[in-house]
Amino acid sequence: MSSAFTKSAARNIFYGGAVFFFLLLLGLTFDTMQTLPKRDNRANLTDSVERGKHIWETRNCIGCHTLLGEGAYFAPELGNVYTRRGPEFIKAWIKAQPTGAPGRRQMPNFNLSEEQLDDLVAFLKYASEINTAKWPPNIEG
Amino acid sequence: MKYQSQAVAKPYFIAAIGLFVGQILFGLIMGLQYVVGDFLFPAIPFNVARMVHTNLLIVWLLFGFMGAAYYLIPEESERELYSPKLALAMFWIFLVAGALTIVGYLFVPYAKLAEMTGNDLLATMGREFLEQPLPTKIGIVIVALAMLFNLSMTVLKGRKTAINLVMLLGLWGLAIFFLFSFYNPANLVKDKFYWWWVVHLWVEGVWELIMGAMLAFVLVKVTGVDREVIEKWLYVIIAMALITGLVGMGHHYYWIGTPEYWQWWGSVFSALEPIPFFMMTLFAFNMVNRRRREHPNKAAVLWALGTGVMAFLGAGVWGFLHTLAPVNYYTHGSQITAAHGHMAFYGAYVMVVLTMISYTMPLLRGREANSPKAQVLEMWAFWLMTVSMVFITLFLTAAGILQIWLQRMGETPLGFMATQDQVALFYWMREYTGLVFFTGLMLYIGSFFVKGDKTQAS
Ligand code: HEM
Ligand code: HEM
Ligand SMILES: [Fe+2]
Repeated sequence: MSSAFTKSAARNIFYGGAVFFFLLLLGLTFDTMQTLPKRDNRANLTDSVERGKHIWETRNCIGCHTLLGEGAYFAPELGNVYTRRGPEFIKAWIKAQPTGAPGRRQMPNFNLSEEQLDDLVAFLKYASEINTAKWPPNIEG
Repeated sequence: MKYQSQAVAKPYFIAAIGLFVGQILFGLIMGLQYVVGDFLFPAIPFNVARMVHTNLLIVWLLFGFMGAAYYLIPEESERELYSPKLALAMFWIFLVAGALTIVGYLFVPYAKLAEMTGNDLLATMGREFLEQPLPTKIGIVIVALAMLFNLSMTVLKGRKTAINLVMLLGLWGLAIFFLFSFYNPANLVKDKFYWWWVVHLWVEGVWELIMGAMLAFVLVKVTGVDREVIEKWLYVIIAMALITGLVGMGHHYYWIGTPEYWQWWGSVFSALEPIPFFMMTLFAFNMVNRRRREHPNKAAVLWALGTGVMAFLGAGVWGFLHTLAPVNYYTHGSQITAAHGHMAFYGAYVMVVLTMISYTMPLLRGREANSPKAQVLEMWAFWLMTVSMVFITLFLTAAGILQIWLQRMGETPLGFMATQDQVALFYWMREYTGLVFFTGLMLYIGSFFVKGDKTQAS
């Protein structure tokens, strides 16, 4: 780098740039928070959904699955599993684990009660109704 | 080593390397579970192995950053550390908390662990990378604050250089953005939105400051190039990092329920994010080419150059590959993401920590550089680990491209599990290459025990 461009000029660009772009990020964040109610399906965020999210978290489902494309890549996307499989299939599936099929990837059994299963399904239904700009590309996730 | 108190860095580095071994072992377990699905089931389900793998990674990198800070800050400030005792106490607290957390993951069912550790009071667990129980999270904050107090006091009373200020700023940023891990609203979109304020603003924000400072410190030492020049580069690099990386966070806001203008903001800014990484490559090579001395620690120079190249490849090239919204629409949450995650973390943060360890460890052990024999072994380790990481990335990328083709494109897409069966060959190759990586890591550790003729003590 040329010597006409001094260290203190570089430092000022750093501080100025950091502050400016952080403020821009805050501005965009503020606008996002204003826009979210139209997209994030909060109208359907019931107590049951909230309990379902808690079950989702405390069983660490994200450690194998993706949810809206984030998480682990070992097992199928679940953000749209409600549309792909429907509530009854999901509950039956969870209850039937592990399959024990030799060599096949295994999902643990979490011994969930009927009520907990309903809450979890409510959470997955809520997640499937978030406006994700048409992601995933198809039903397979 | 110029100041006695710099010695506290040593236990931090040793712990970092120890946990690195654990991380890779669990990576290998998972890699096998990818193809032999019931391996170790139900003793270690995949999600448990994954928590151990990723959390060990984060914790050992934090150990590495802290050790680096405790070495670099006194030297740059030209005075002893404010309190070496506090630094050592924090080491033990962090190590014990980390070990207990891993033991908890492995031996207590996660739901039970959550219940035992107050997750019902403040639910923060069960989110990727932030799986730690509440007491661990609080422990991280305490350890970080104690460290920041210690380091800030040292810098305040001592010489202020660009390197120690940037290091300190990066570490403060690390601690501050970690606080978002305590915010977990029921609204999934908001949860995800602010989750990235930890994850993205770490790796594509404040950690780049830490990385830049560490690299600059080592380059000053091993090349003898004028500090003014190096510090100017440092400022330009981190300026570009924040100018592109802050709004670049938008590349995670395409498909999670956030407004669609993020597809523009995220694509444009994150497409520029490779710039600071490319500058790091230029920086490392330029400084080494303009060196004013031949430092006897050749291995450290190799690590510094390697960091420049691999950070650019992993973060810059593999990041750019999937960062534009129309591409990310197909690659989001696929093996492409995993490919990028591996090479970026390795190329940037693993390698910069190993650079720092390579430069400082001989000094901490009372010599300017290790014997040529030990250095040759260390360089073998460098090449084995680095080349195998390149191949791991290539295999995962191949798996990812096929996965997307079969599962996400075309008229008759395959299901997820059927697709996985189709790409199993690449997972096998990844696993074999992982064994090579592990061999490299063993050689790396071995290099600490090779004696040989001593080079001159400093
Ligand atoms: C060398 C042997 C290794 C193997 C076999 C391995 C294997 C794996 C596997 C199977 C996953 C889970 C992918 C999924 O969610 O489905 C994973 C995740 C991860 N590993 Fe490794 N790993 C290895 C080394 C490393 C190293 C050296 C690093 C760091 C530099 C690393 C960093 C990560 C990260 C950051 C993730 C999370 C990725 C994401 O969320 O996209 N791994 N690894
Ligand atoms: C050293 C710096 C970096 C590290 C350590 C890193 C690491 C990671 C990791 C671990 C993930 C997966 C997160 C998850 O599990 O959901 C990820 C995702 C991503 N990264 Fe990076 N990254 C870095 C830099 C970059 C850069 C510079 C770019 C862009 C040019 C980039 C673009 C992306 C994108 C687009 C995703 C989302 C992938 C998806 O949609 O699934 N990254 N990164
Ligand atoms: Fe990012």
